[in-house]
Amino acid sequence: MSAISTVCKRELRSYFATPVAYVFIVIFLVLSSAFTFYLGNFYERGQADLLPFFSFLPWLYLFLVPAVSMRLWSEERKSGTIELLLTLPITMWQAVMGKFLAAWLFIGIALALTFPLWITVNYLGDPDNGVIFASYLGAWLMAGAFLAIGSCISAATRNQVVAFILTVVVCFLLVMAGFPLVLDAFRSWAPQVLVDAIASLSFLTHFSSISKGVIDLRDLLYFVLMTGFWLYASAIVIDLKKAD
Amino acid sequence: MIETQALGKRYGDLVAVDGITFKVEPGQVLGFLGPNGAGKSTTMKMIAGFLAPTSGSAKVCGFDVETQPIEAKRVVGYLPEGAPSYGEMSVRQFLGFIAEVRNIAARDRGKRFDDVVGRLNLEGVLEQPIETLSKGFKRRVGLAQAILHDPKVLILDEPTDGLDPNQKHEVRTLINAMARDKTIIVSTHVLEEVHAVCSRAIIIAKGRVLADATPAELEARSRYHQAVSLTATDTKAAREALARVADVAAIEVDAQDGRITAFPKPGKQIFVAVNQVLQERNIVVRELALEGGRLDEVFRTITQGRAQEAQA
Repeated sequence: MSAISTVCKRELRSYFATPVAYVFIVIFLVLSSAFTFYLGNFYERGQADLLPFFSFLPWLYLFLVPAVSMRLWSEERKSGTIELLLTLPITMWQAVMGKFLAAWLFIGIALALTFPLWITVNYLGDPDNGVIFASYLGAWLMAGAFLAIGSCISAATRNQVVAFILTVVVCFLLVMAGFPLVLDAFRSWAPQVLVDAIASLSFLTHFSSISKGVIDLRDLLYFVLMTGFWLYASAIVIDLKKAD
Repeated sequence: MIETQALGKRYGDLVAVDGITFKVEPGQVLGFLGPNGAGKSTTMKMIAGFLAPTSGSAKVCGFDVETQPIEAKRVVGYLPEGAPSYGEMSVRQFLGFIAEVRNIAARDRGKRFDDVVGRLNLEGVLEQPIETLSKGFKRRVGLAQAILHDPKVLILDEPTDGLDPNQKHEVRTLINAMARDKTIIVSTHVLEEVHAVCSRAIIIAKGRVLADATPAELEARSRYHQAVSLTATDTKAAREALARVADVAAIEVDAQDGRITAFPKPGKQIFVAVNQVLQERNIVVRELALEGGRLDEVFRTITQGRAQEAQA
């Protein structure tokens, strides 16, 4: 456990040692506000909730989370520090978890910094803060799933740009999995069971109920399992690819 | 102690390391020599626990690197090739991180830190981000990281590569100072280094051990071993005189500086005889030297000779 937190601390600190963290946070805050107020018609709706914010969040994640995850392992491989990290007395799992947790906490910090929106709705009206809290939790869990996917893809390449683009594509497919855009590609040939299975993988479907304040254990479990699966895959990919 | 048993690594059809067996005891400094791509780094990576062997086994202080990886990594200090480190961290932060991961007890941490920083002269750069440091300092930070926990086993992959002569000397002094109670493996392709730090040398090429001996024994394999070289005012006369010595097998004259080298017949010594004949004939010698043997020549013969055999 302590090895995980040591790796995590180092990683998190390195975000803030470079402008990356600050640029990311500022862009995240600016874009999320822009989406909420302009595209989400925050004022015009006349409702005291953060639905406009949360419903655009998956789309914002789609481009910003891969920007965080792309460097997770590809940078270690490129600079050779992976050799240093993995010859320290820690297990592969501790290394994968430590680095993932750092990225996840970092997104958590960015997410927490959107608190002025929360203050705004509480000032303007009387929102259901339980729903808002649940939505934040769901939003953070979803970020974890995005990051785990990014971690695995970042482990597969030493080129950060490739990692970024592939992660965006994979995340996009998963976000859209419940929609005709993806499903139509399968409907013509795949059995209905498979189509349903793919549809049930959709990030949006699972997140939309959470963002409305409906906490279904299955939705939470979905994101946790998704994260676990991709992190496990990360460890395998690192093991396979670390030699080259 | 390090022990490998038929250690091998293959990538698909490519055999990088082909059954390497050796044993290094505490107090020994083993030099790993070989051309680029010989399998030196791969072997070290397997012992350090970074790469999994595809055949055979490696043990560090009795811990198998595959079945007891954490225990093995705990007793090893490893400097990977190129001395990678986290560039955005300061030297102090980086060493702090290593101390924490390596679980160095809090009360020893300050002492170990001071010791390592002192040994490697890092006092002046402690607060600087590592990426802003010169190559020599980066290498020293890498070394500091490897010895911070006072490991029983040290694996150093080209520790002096890219350093200036003074820095090389410092690193060699450091290795010698630590050699007494540690087991050390050093890879290098600088042959003078073998003399400076190693008590034993293994030459590998194409993933196989081609020689395993002390530096002196290796030198004895050189055709220059016990050869006599000299420069004389009258090169021609000197050459004729040398030809008279019974045990001289061959004589070569360097076309550029007129240096004459006389090679002895196997197992014979010619220095005294050469001296005598030169005096008898009153040949004026500007310089006269007994050659110990040339490692670079031995290295070439061993690595290229075998390679040609393999091709034939």
